[in-house]
Amino acid sequence: MSGHVSLQYSSPPVQKSIKDAEPRWVRYLLITIAVGFLGLFLVLPLAAIFIKAFDKGSAVFFAAISSPDALSAIKLTAIVALITVPLNAVFGVAAAWAVTKFHFKGKSLLITIIDLPFAISPVIAGLVFVLLFSTHGLFGQWLLDHNIKIIFAVPGIVIATLLITLPFVARELIPLMQTQGTSDEEASMTLGASGWKTFFLVTLPNIKWGLLYGIILCSARAIGEFGAVSVVSGHIRGMTNTMPLHIEILYNEYQFSAAFAVASLMSMFAIITLIVKNVIEWKAKKSMIPEEGVS
Amino acid sequence: MSIQIRDISKSFGNFQALKNITIDIQTGELVALLGPSGSGKTSLLRIIAGLEAADQGAILFGEEDMTYISTKERKVGFVFQHYALFRHMTVFDNIAYGLKVRPRKNRPTKQEIEEKVYELLNLVKLEAFAKRYPSQLSGGQRQRVALARALAVEPKVLLLDEPFGALDAKVRKDLRRWLRKLHHDYQITSIFVTHDQEEALDVADRIVVMNEGKIEQIGTPEEVYEHPNSPFVYHFLGDVNLFKGRLHQGKLKDGSFEVDAPEFAGTINKEAVGYVRPHDITIERVSSPDAIMAMVSYIHLVGAVVQLELIRADTGSFLEAEVTKDYFRSLHLKTGEEVYVKPKQLKVFIPEDYSI
Repeated sequence: MSGHVSLQYSSPPVQKSIKDAEPRWVRYLLITIAVGFLGLFLVLPLAAIFIKAFDKGSAVFFAAISSPDALSAIKLTAIVALITVPLNAVFGVAAAWAVTKFHFKGKSLLITIIDLPFAISPVIAGLVFVLLFSTHGLFGQWLLDHNIKIIFAVPGIVIATLLITLPFVARELIPLMQTQGTSDEEASMTLGASGWKTFFLVTLPNIKWGLLYGIILCSARAIGEFGAVSVVSGHIRGMTNTMPLHIEILYNEYQFSAAFAVASLMSMFAIITLIVKNVIEWKAKKSMIPEEGVS
Repeated sequence: MSIQIRDISKSFGNFQALKNITIDIQTGELVALLGPSGSGKTSLLRIIAGLEAADQGAILFGEEDMTYISTKERKVGFVFQHYALFRHMTVFDNIAYGLKVRPRKNRPTKQEIEEKVYELLNLVKLEAFAKRYPSQLSGGQRQRVALARALAVEPKVLLLDEPFGALDAKVRKDLRRWLRKLHHDYQITSIFVTHDQEEALDVADRIVVMNEGKIEQIGTPEEVYEHPNSPFVYHFLGDVNLFKGRLHQGKLKDGSFEVDAPEFAGTINKEAVGYVRPHDITIERVSSPDAIMAMVSYIHLVGAVVQLELIRADTGSFLEAEVTKDYFRSLHLKTGEEVYVKPKQLKVFIPEDYSI
């Protein structure tokens, strides 16, 4: 569910005509390799999840996903996503706006820092917060005095997820807003529109598909994040278990069918995400291409 | 509304884009800012619009100091080089935008907006395109929508950044004529930026020639074309022949060519360059005082004017000349023939004072 594929906004790939293509057998060989590889390492495991999930019949499946622990994991995952995704969407738009519409010193540093969560291991991201907020951590004593629990509690999970999913919206919007430039906003200003009106009437419609795409990637990651959350959550059943953590616990307890049942639920979400992502890409392309149109 | 540009300077990092620019523009004037890329003309236009802040100097509209007034409050019409139409809005909504975003108390009613938009659509001859999106229009049509959008807010000042830059030659010429007519009908003080000398000479009441962030010359098209005050303006506005020689006591000598330069009577033995427009070179079959011999190397016959390429007999350097077709016929010239040439009008500059 993680990973980051950038949208092709600016230049759609050049369509090669059949005549220019490689000989037929090369094409078929390449296609076979690609399809075979995908089938072996992607489709087969994915199918296995669903097969395994219904291994012991649908009764076990529904029992697994409706057990109190599972339900609480689903609820917690939803809460985490509902908090982190809007925050990161706002941050992403603000950061992309700052980077693309203004000149200031340290701009490239800011872009690099935004990318940092992509580069560091999620486990380290989790550990950082343990170091900061645990009882023996930097702010541990202060938090203890004020009776605030972050590590091994929901706030810790939210903060860790927030860090991990920080780049998604911003990274999606920066290249898009860079190619669009600032003249639309400038035009709006010369016509007497205020900053807010310019944002809502001009900027937002221009970036809506990119923003939506970023939000989808961000949610997918927020729901699926394991490493960082695992470090800070403490795995308290029914309290601080998100769906990926719940799956791990079930698996470690040899409840394979139940583990795969919850896993299949997450996979379903992933597949829906992919479909929505493709629809958005298609829509975005449709709204971009005519721009080059007749002249 | 008149515009006063007072001592404007602007730097981008180490690059000084504008140096002490001062221009007075009268109400209703149509002024061209002409210069090569990097000459600062677009920066100046953006400073007038408030899209960029000057490091120094002031901008006045009428008697009102606009230097610290935001773009939103300046009420200028600005037409962008690449139109900057809102792609997700129809032509109608694009033009109505400036009226729709007004605060409620000054906002016209829906019906008033509609009337205004259709009046402007009529002006730019795009009534049939109201429901279209910008992507469904040609370049020239988009440019007209951009202009209508800028005019919708009834600006006192209209600023155009390379308005015809991205269009092909034919459409350009039509739009140029149309802009001049529009300006004539509406009498909005207008400034447009261009790097195309022909466009500036054709459309503007006055031309400000800019180079490297400075003003080279301000004047009517006739003034800047006929009496350039620097080698740069000579080069930038039209073709020019150079006579590189030595200036001594009011005479410029170049090979066997000698010409009077009375304004330099006091100059002793300095390097200098004489500038002559191709149409200021006379061609004759017979020798006359001051004329030099040259060979016709190429004749370009298309159009009302005949362009000749000549090789000077004394120095071997090239000259370009233009004569009318009638005069050319009376000479019966052929390639390779020898003629006598003489400048009708020549302006001398000493290179030390000017560097190009």
